[in-house]
Amino acid sequence: MMGKPEKSTFSAAARIFRFYYDGFTTMSWWGKRVWVIILIKLFIIFIVLKVFFFPDFLRKNYDSDAQRSEYVLDQLTLTTPADD
Amino acid sequence: MIEAADLSLIDWSRAQFALTAIYHWLFVPLTLGLSFIVAIMETQYVRSGNEEWKRMTRFWMTLFGINFAIGVATGIILEFEFGTNWSSYSWFVGDIFGAPLAIEGILAFFLESTFIAVMFFGWNKVGKKFHLASTWLVAVGANLSALWILVANAWMQNPVGMVFNPETARNEMVNFWAVLFNPVAVDKFLHTIFSGFLLASVFVMGISAWFMMKKREEWLAKRSILISAVFGLLSSLMVAFTGDMSARTLAQVQPVKFAAMEALYDGSRNAGLVAVGILRETDEKIHTEKNVNDFVVKIKIPSLLSIMTGGSKDTYVPGLRDLIHYGDTTRKILAIPDMMQRGQFARGVLDDYKRARMLGITEQAEIIRKEYFGSRAFFDEYFRYFGYAFLSNPEDAIPNVPVTFYSFHVMVALGFFFILVCMLALYLLFMDRLARNRWFLWLMLLCIPLVYISSEAGWVTAEMGRQPWIIQDLMPVSIGVSRISAGSVMTTFVLFAILFTALLAAEVSIMIRQIKNGPKH
Repeated sequence: MMGKPEKSTFSAAARIFRFYYDGFTTMSWWGKRVWVIILIKLFIIFIVLKVFFFPDFLRKNYDSDAQRSEYVLDQLTLTTPADD
Repeated sequence: MIEAADLSLIDWSRAQFALTAIYHWLFVPLTLGLSFIVAIMETQYVRSGNEEWKRMTRFWMTLFGINFAIGVATGIILEFEFGTNWSSYSWFVGDIFGAPLAIEGILAFFLESTFIAVMFFGWNKVGKKFHLASTWLVAVGANLSALWILVANAWMQNPVGMVFNPETARNEMVNFWAVLFNPVAVDKFLHTIFSGFLLASVFVMGISAWFMMKKREEWLAKRSILISAVFGLLSSLMVAFTGDMSARTLAQVQPVKFAAMEALYDGSRNAGLVAVGILRETDEKIHTEKNVNDFVVKIKIPSLLSIMTGGSKDTYVPGLRDLIHYGDTTRKILAIPDMMQRGQFARGVLDDYKRARMLGITEQAEIIRKEYFGSRAFFDEYFRYFGYAFLSNPEDAIPNVPVTFYSFHVMVALGFFFILVCMLALYLLFMDRLARNRWFLWLMLLCIPLVYISSEAGWVTAEMGRQPWIIQDLMPVSIGVSRISAGSVMTTFVLFAILFTALLAAEVSIMIRQIKNGPKH
């Protein structure tokens, strides 16, 4: 009773895998080129920029949401109007 | 007290966000429009069975794929900037952006991993109709994905559907539908997607014109021009119509931006719309500090601004001076000094609440919370003007008038120009005179950069025109910005400029190569 659904699930998964595998392996020149660009771009965005240049300011400087709320409340209530 | 943020920090943070958004927007509108054009072409292929339509579909789909791939994830950087450069703003916005951005993220993921894969990998592997359905789903999905981003942006232009929680200093969404059907969101979504359709149409017309000039692929070029000119004409008419819808909404929710778009300082009934104008700064003051920009020359369409705003030439349209001194009683818009007073009152209440909590007077804090922050009347009458508490002069609520005026007029002028281009393209095509009119083929090609300028100018109008607000009336940019060093923002600005320029160069070079190669036989 359990064998058929497992087999069909497996074969569906295999077909999907095959679909993507064939797609990637028979990709055209431009397809390969843009995938290289995508991977480099994602590396720069998520590894270089996010980790080294874009820390979350409130998470980095405050330990709890209560402290973050306090900080923002101070900004909202204590900041003097800008001169310009 | 906390000193106001350093101006160079604010300016660099804004410049960085603008740079990222402008580059991101180079990729997005082509995706929005070209996806539909490709779907229309593929529909023709499935209906006719003609293999030429398939070649044509695959050619434009390739250009769509290059643009999509290079542009993908460029918007993520904007979210990084929220957390790093605009942390107080991000915190204050609370969960308002959470739902729309989560829906967008999920939609984009499923769209990209499933249907785009079928679009590109599925030729000859899935049935024709299934493939066609996937192409249409990519088009619909990409545009729905844009919806949620635009809903979030519209909330910043007209914050609705939320309450402010003084304990957490965050806004909390109480009415999802009010956020989704925010009048600014409806106008913005329609105006933006139709402008994306127009941009893609002009792009297809321009590339097709190049093929015709080179006397290559004439069958493909003519049909591409036919489809894109019809699609572009309908889209440009819708852009004009939705722009007109926006005028009425803006006059109500962002009257200062609306007046700045027309460089209107003194309001009137029977107000005319400036079709063309050149501004010059004068010594005259708007109020006490900022100078008035007068027209050196202008061509005005009589009464049109009043008609656009209220449907009648008797409609009163307030100018920037009127908004400072009197507001607009017919639209229940207060004078800016009144809004400043109300904002200061709301800020005082928030300060009292914070102090009561800090001193441990919980009973008093609870009373303030219930009587003020729990009251709709307090929100509508006072807290909605909270941001005005941070202005030192009513003129601070006025954006840069020349930038707003010129960006708006460049967008509108080019928008109407593209209507003419689409109409002329169709006329010459039907008269079979397109190939003989090389000047027009050149014009179509030159329209490609122009349509990008027009599209970006629309965003410059929307975002520069709402200054000084990061959230209209609630928070100025000076409060939303993170107190980090201006130097670090400058560094990442330069990094982004290099990264995005490299991406753009990569896209353009791959696209040019594919265009030169032409459709595969």
